[in-house]
Amino acid sequence: MSVDAADRAIIVATQAGLPLVPRPYHMIAARLGLAPEEVMRRIARMQAEGVIRRIGAVPNHYALGYRANGMSVWNVPDARARAAGRRVGAVDFVSHCYLRPRRPPEWPYNLFVMVHGRSRAEVERRVGEIARLLGDDDHGHEVLYSTRILKKTGLRLAAEPQPESTDERGRRPGPGVAGPGSAAVAPDERPGRAGGGRG
Amino acid sequence: MDDVDRRLINALQGGFPVCERPYAEAAARLGLGENELIERLRRLLARGVLSRFGPMYRAERLGGAVTLAALRVPAADVERVAAAVNGFPEVAHHYEREHALNLWFVLATETPARVEAVLGEIERRTGYPVYHLPKLEEFYVGLRLRA
Repeated sequence: MSVDAADRAIIVATQAGLPLVPRPYHMIAARLGLAPEEVMRRIARMQAEGVIRRIGAVPNHYALGYRANGMSVWNVPDARARAAGRRVGAVDFVSHCYLRPRRPPEWPYNLFVMVHGRSRAEVERRVGEIARLLGDDDHGHEVLYSTRILKKTGLRLAAEPQPESTDERGRRPGPGVAGPGSAAVAPDERPGRAGGGRG
Repeated sequence: MDDVDRRLINALQGGFPVCERPYAEAAARLGLGENELIERLRRLLARGVLSRFGPMYRAERLGGAVTLAALRVPAADVERVAAAVNGFPEVAHHYEREHALNLWFVLATETPARVEAVLGEIERRTGYPVYHLPKLEEFYVGLRLRA
């Protein structure tokens, strides 16, 4: 864990969003009993370390008209998968690109490429572009459209870390995350941020 | 949503300043006043155009784990299974997709050890085997949406 108790308090205080006041970091500092400079220094440090991916607006894809959320999945030869992933990941409309294990025989796909579009036709065009880019490395692909968002919360840290006790299997009990809300930690923002909606 | 809102959404998906008056600084870059920016953000959040405004944290860098898993569930049983899966606070995102593997969820846990524990519990409660598809490598994450 690269964060200490004060960092954690700052995370808990900001994970639902920054206060919409002229001095938001000062407001957080006052709430936590820290100096404003310390709050800002810690936030800047967490950003530099990558604990904070970015600070800013998280748009709702669906509200912006991106109604089609297609998870395209590709069977790419293992030996060439990393090179293929880098190639596809560089395409501007690709939001997420991951290498994952296959689960044969039902699931032969190892490269996951999330493609968002204003319509399915737009997603299909984009998937066609990826297919051309992969060329002979495309040993089969499918597009899984989302038909329903069943849940979209994101990780929420509990105010206090969970106790380090374990159960008989050596596992920690209880969830370490707290209730729903809008995505605070975009874990890796995978199927999420698009909003699938219907269609 | 007007052109200013669109410009604001396109410009503010990252890089929000860390300083005493960050809204004033960001507003100046957009040619807006501090109060106008704050009011527009408040409205976009209230209308759900923005799902949030602030720091986006990475679970993995906090010592936690994030993973993807899928279930193959007959249509008649989807509602029961979806509710059971959603009952786990570690389930951060959950989508129904058009495929034989029809339920896809992202697990975000505070410790890596919790992943297997939660997936085992989901199998037990739903009665279906979980297809666990942890990421082996990440090539790009960081969509910037054009408003």
